[in-house]
Amino acid sequence: MIALEKRPTPSRALSLSTPIIAVIITMIMGGLLFSVLGKNPIEAIRTIFWDPVFGEFAFYYRPQLLVKAAPLVLIAIGLSLGFKAGIWNIGAEGQYIMGAICGAAVGLAFYPTESRLIFPLMIVAGALGGWAWGMIPALLKVRFGTNEILVSLMLVYVADQLLASMSLGLLRNPEGMGFPGSRNFSDFAAGSSWINEAAGLHWGMAFAFIAVIFSYILLNRHILGFNIRLTGEAPRAARFAGVNPTRLILFCLGTSGALAGLAGFFEVTGPSGQINIDFASGYGFTAIIVAFLGRLHPVGILLAALLMALTYVGGDLAQGNLGLPSAAIQVFQGMLLFFLLALDLLTNYRVVLKTKGAA
Amino acid sequence: MKLTKLLTSAAVALGLATTAMADTTKVGFVYVGPVGDGGWTYEHDKGRQAVEAKFGDKVETTFVESVPEGADAERVITQMALQGADLIFTTSFGYMDPTINVAKKFPKVKFEHATGYKQADNVSVYSARFYEGRAVQGHIAGHMSKTNKVGYIASFPIPEVIRGINSAYIHAKKVNPDIEFSVIWAYTWFDPAKEADAAKALIEQGADVILQHTDSTAPQAAAQAAGNVITFGQASDMGEYAPFPRVSSIIDDWAPYYVARTQAVMDGTWESVSTWDGIGAGMVGIGEISDAVPADVKASALALKESLADGSYHAFTGPLNKQDGSAWLAEGETAADYGDNGLAGLNFYVEGITAEIPN
Repeated sequence: MIALEKRPTPSRALSLSTPIIAVIITMIMGGLLFSVLGKNPIEAIRTIFWDPVFGEFAFYYRPQLLVKAAPLVLIAIGLSLGFKAGIWNIGAEGQYIMGAICGAAVGLAFYPTESRLIFPLMIVAGALGGWAWGMIPALLKVRFGTNEILVSLMLVYVADQLLASMSLGLLRNPEGMGFPGSRNFSDFAAGSSWINEAAGLHWGMAFAFIAVIFSYILLNRHILGFNIRLTGEAPRAARFAGVNPTRLILFCLGTSGALAGLAGFFEVTGPSGQINIDFASGYGFTAIIVAFLGRLHPVGILLAALLMALTYVGGDLAQGNLGLPSAAIQVFQGMLLFFLLALDLLTNYRVVLKTKGAA
Repeated sequence: MKLTKLLTSAAVALGLATTAMADTTKVGFVYVGPVGDGGWTYEHDKGRQAVEAKFGDKVETTFVESVPEGADAERVITQMALQGADLIFTTSFGYMDPTINVAKKFPKVKFEHATGYKQADNVSVYSARFYEGRAVQGHIAGHMSKTNKVGYIASFPIPEVIRGINSAYIHAKKVNPDIEFSVIWAYTWFDPAKEADAAKALIEQGADVILQHTDSTAPQAAAQAAGNVITFGQASDMGEYAPFPRVSSIIDDWAPYYVARTQAVMDGTWESVSTWDGIGAGMVGIGEISDAVPADVKASALALKESLADGSYHAFTGPLNKQDGSAWLAEGETAADYGDNGLAGLNFYVEGITAEIPN
């Protein structure tokens, strides 16, 4: 009989190697799926994993991977702080939208003034927008003991409605012939987050790297990071150690809100270009997966976000070049997550064979 | 700028390579929904298949489905251009700015954007006069409704959708002065769950006719469950719900246009144009009016269709006032396509509609 036995401490070797094993299993199972669909499995896997990074047009896709990964990194880093402390911000999507709206609104208010001061001001507004949206569930939690999972999630739908209202009303492009959507930031140099659009580099990437470094230092070298980890792993001990839970909740939800707001802001003023009804494309939810995929570790999150970006970019490439249906690509992405999380079990448990008598 | 050059030269090199290799014309399609949506994207894909059927080995078509509007669209369009497409159809309004951006980088590739208004030397725009079909729907709806309440599931408040609501209302009112319209904005083109909810809400409010400007068959299913509600197929025939609840439909027929434009690229006669065709040119079709509709209503609906097709009648013919009571079209005057109060940028309801356009 096969049974699972909890390991006294999680296996470090497995914790590092399971992501690689999961990717390999996904490739095998995905290859099977693709061959059932009548496609060459080797070619399909190569198109998804190899071509975007080393293929003929890698010069274009490499920066595109960063474009796709940057918002995921920014949001997931913020979420990981709270998740480590057992504070569950599920509404990053809403904070992402609010950051985009606030940052873009400040920029559009100055249109068409060209000044170097505008962009920093917009960054602050974007971060504040996301921060404020994150503080709503935080304040309700510390004041009235509400559940931050529900409140933050519900606020996503509120933000969605605000986004629709903004793109149809207040921020609508006056020269847009009645169509919804704000002015495009590609026509407004002072408010654009592109560092070099042709090379596909924008400020969000720089901020994502900075966020990774700061989060690493915070978690490993700072007392606040220690308090966060302590609260998550041993809440009682944390209380005895004098950790103030109210301050921790406000800090975690506020910071993750601000980072999600920044992600939305850099996206709207760069790759997306305008506030529009369909602007939010689920980065806030995907980032939750990225945070866990990266094991709530800053460097892990960076790698996980790049991997997710690769499956998106490579997936679209496989659709276009090989005629794979998008549903097959989604199944493939699902497989990857499934195997990663399933194999996670092995880091905490070990498989043992037990005889009937002993059981 | 260096990369732009690189992209262009890569495209040129590829272009040369393709012409040298064979006379295959590569045609790419970007879809906003899945090809199996049974509506909008389904019909575009039928157009793509018609291109393949017509030209056989001389063309190679590719498509990517369910592409979010925004940064992802720009990447997918660029991907097609890089892979050597000669002609790219981008089939949703939200692809407008991405299409223009990519077109700038690939001056030799021809682009065709559906339902937008931004043209360039290598970007054509095309759309269909769906409002002509809406006139026929409104006519039938006005005759068929017993509760005098028509429910309308709208997608986004853009001129195309507002034209449709106005046209349906005008022609329903003509045959039934007591008719009332309730409009629900779904803020999506394709979301079966949302569309079903909207349909159920409208039916509960007493509507016994459901018109939809969204692409799934979910409202048809909701009407079928209700039992005494009629519907119309949208974008595609949705014939699986005939003869009841689906009593007729508006069918988008893109095939002739796609074939003609591909031919033009092959012949080297492609030019940037703005096409807006209706029932007369065959771009808008009226699906068979089922036996659930009384014979006299069917006859008058077909007569209306004929008069729209041969141009003897315009769907927007005065006297018509705007919702606020101010004059729009004088007796016998027909609406202009462009300019102030033109159809292209229509952003107001006609007099009598009690709903409000969200902003």
